[in-house]
Amino acid sequence: MTGRALSRELAEWAEKIADYARAESLDFYQTIFEVLAAQQVDQVAAYGGFPQRYPHWRFGMEYEKLRKQYTYGLGKIYEMVINNDPCYAYLMHDNALVDQKTVMAHVYAHCDFFKNNIWFAQTNRKMMDEMANHATRIRRYIERRGLDKVERFVDTCLALENLIDPHSVFMKRTPVRRRNGEQQLKRPREDPAAQTTRYPAKTYMDRYINPPGEMERERRAHEQHLEKSKGVVPETPVRDVLLFLLEHAPLEDWQADILALIREEAYYFAPQAQTKIMNEGWASYWHSTIMTSYCLRDEELVSYCDHHSGTLATSPGRLNPYKLGIELFRDIERRWNTGRHGLEYDRCEDMQKRRNWEQDHPSTWTPPADRVVGRGSPGREKIFEVRRIYNDVTFLDEFLTPEFVDEQKLYHYRFDPATRRMVVVSRDFEKIKAQLLFMLTNHAQPYIYVLDGNYRNRGELYLGQRYCGADLDIKFATETLKELQRLWRRPVHLHAKIDDDYILFSYDGQQSTQQHVDEALPKPAHRVEA
Amino acid sequence: MVLKIEKDHQRFRQIVKGKIREDLRKFLTRGELLGREGKHLISIPIRGIETPHFRYGDNSDAGVGAGDGKPGDPVGQGQGVGPGGTQEGQHILEVEVSLDELADILGEQLRLPRIQPKGKKQITAEKDRYSGIRQSGPESLRHFRRTFRRALRRQIMAGSYNPDDPRIVFERRDKVYRSWKTVLSPQSNAVLVYMMDVSGSMGDEQKELVRLEAFWIDAWLRRNYQGIESRYIVHDVRAAEVDRETFYRLREDGGTRISSAFQAARNLLDTHYQASEWNIYLFHFSDGDNSSESDSRDCCAILAEQLLPKCNLFGYCQVASAYGSGNFINVLHEHLGKHDNVITSRVNNKDDIYDSIKTFFSKGK
Repeated sequence: MTGRALSRELAEWAEKIADYARAESLDFYQTIFEVLAAQQVDQVAAYGGFPQRYPHWRFGMEYEKLRKQYTYGLGKIYEMVINNDPCYAYLMHDNALVDQKTVMAHVYAHCDFFKNNIWFAQTNRKMMDEMANHATRIRRYIERRGLDKVERFVDTCLALENLIDPHSVFMKRTPVRRRNGEQQLKRPREDPAAQTTRYPAKTYMDRYINPPGEMERERRAHEQHLEKSKGVVPETPVRDVLLFLLEHAPLEDWQADILALIREEAYYFAPQAQTKIMNEGWASYWHSTIMTSYCLRDEELVSYCDHHSGTLATSPGRLNPYKLGIELFRDIERRWNTGRHGLEYDRCEDMQKRRNWEQDHPSTWTPPADRVVGRGSPGREKIFEVRRIYNDVTFLDEFLTPEFVDEQKLYHYRFDPATRRMVVVSRDFEKIKAQLLFMLTNHAQPYIYVLDGNYRNRGELYLGQRYCGADLDIKFATETLKELQRLWRRPVHLHAKIDDDYILFSYDGQQSTQQHVDEALPKPAHRVEA
Repeated sequence: MVLKIEKDHQRFRQIVKGKIREDLRKFLTRGELLGREGKHLISIPIRGIETPHFRYGDNSDAGVGAGDGKPGDPVGQGQGVGPGGTQEGQHILEVEVSLDELADILGEQLRLPRIQPKGKKQITAEKDRYSGIRQSGPESLRHFRRTFRRALRRQIMAGSYNPDDPRIVFERRDKVYRSWKTVLSPQSNAVLVYMMDVSGSMGDEQKELVRLEAFWIDAWLRRNYQGIESRYIVHDVRAAEVDRETFYRLREDGGTRISSAFQAARNLLDTHYQASEWNIYLFHFSDGDNSSESDSRDCCAILAEQLLPKCNLFGYCQVASAYGSGNFINVLHEHLGKHDNVITSRVNNKDDIYDSIKTFFSKGK
């Protein structure tokens, strides 16, 4: 490993704080702290927290940025933690003890989140080793094929890195196919009986619950569908473009391996992007709770407050995920402790009534007199539930309230072409919420599907954007198509909506073209609704 | 310990250096370039390398912020971004490049020939630098601190130092003196005279263009001459020499009499810069709106008779303005077109600066 082990003092604190965290019912993997010197911090941070990554200039770019930031005092990294079992976390050698304690508390909460949040359930918990394996594999390819060639290929893969389907890890969308002619599984679609929805029922109820006429209709519809889709690749629109490429693009083995490992890393990092606000909010909530209830010494108070408020500071035009997360968790806790939830509350439109809710609706739960609201309260239980099953989108969708937006002084801003500045547009709750959800949905990445792998029966690849209210960046799209073509080798197309018009972007290896999509144009195998 | 990241970092910097060359056009148009740091280094904010990917374009330029402000109020400074990690944004990176490197990059990009100085011998001046130490010398050059330290050391070794009564007595052998070396330093032998029209029609936008253009002229000439002097003249109907700061800041109202600037430049050259010893560069920036035809004729007369014979180059750069007729450039073409050290260019926006620089220096004057 890169870092040093903890000093005795820090090790003792790590133990104590772990005990406090467990006492508050946090549940985390074993957590290993390492101490890094200032110069190592930037390296590890540039590698995304992993001590071993494959060689690539992009890490160098990140490093340069971090180093500059640090040198000019623009930013300092306090914590880094890796979703792994055991969890690894880093402490900066030069930080004061109070900072180290805060970081430890923060880290334990992150680990708890990694371990218990459902969106992380499918991530590889031995990623530390896996990343090192990836590094070894790519190094080996570099030795055999040359740095330039491999690096160029990695760049190509990175251009497509965001074309994954984060939800696919929770379900089986299509049967797994193997490369290299391994025996293919018998696909359920070839068995029509498997395609009809038959609900379990007692025999005497069967013909009511699964009416034979309906079953027959379904079966026939399915057969028709099969007939129509014979030879169509893919069978349905595919969002995991990387997987589709892995299965169908003419890749050499080393290329397929690199694409596969980059895809794997993309899936590993996806939940962290999906839960940024929650994860940071949860960790901040807990470092604040643990520090203020257990381990702050008098003389540390001021510097703790200074750093804590620094982490939570908001600046105009930037939404701080730490701040939004912690405030929302606290708001939920408060609401559930005071009975401000449920159908009646949600339907109540009288702001006055909502404000004085407790008076009309005395809570069934009263906090024990001897201590502040906390352990065992309905609010606390609620936030534990929230951390288990929500992600940022559902978190905000469910728990953002007009009162909260008001209290946090949130506003909606937009680029004003007249003044060429960002201006505040409104403080309307619905608009703010819509904007937030828009920014979080699919991490503000466009939805791109493979619609046809054999377009015009010429082996051309046809992608389509599912339109969600924002146009693609044309310049970027054109460039990305070029990268895609390097993998596919045959011409590639992208169907996208630009200025309310459907445009087909194409690149055939020589030339980029754009044309309006009209009736005359051959249709791809599938469509995605706009 | 050698960090593993160093390799990646090195690689990135190599790419960026190539990148700078390719994208020179782009960053020439950026105002941030002027942030000179230290003596030679300036930091240039440049885009990092962003591998292309499918992403939303400008019409998703909106977000949610927190703080005070009514609808219609601008949001902080510059661009806002969404919550961390949800919007990629551009990687603006700073890469340090020395001014010389920058000028080389510029020269290479524009395929500028190295300037051939007028065939004069390099003029050097002798200069004394107090950089050494020796055992003897005049008392006035005694190096007190070193002397004191030697005396202190001697007394401690001899055991005659008493911390309670720390009295230090110098002896002859303790004393050391500063000494000097004579160095030959090449004397500056090029002078740049910037003249700018600050009449009412030259707005901030025009000044910004002038500032950028002047910066690059300066960078290129400094690369080619050991030392260089810059003088600044502003004029409306009258001309005055000013310092650098004022040159870029000053805004006057009123008319324009370009000849006044040329007159001032002539006086300046006559008094300080002998044509036989100096490489002289004159640059005039204006929106080309002179007050009268007769004055324009005077200008040409002064140039042709007084200034052009003395200088390596007279560059006239006309910036676009909403008000001016912009006729002066035509007058110059008409009367002085045959002088090969008169070069004119028009700059309408930041992108033109690149071409303008190229026009000015492509003859290697």
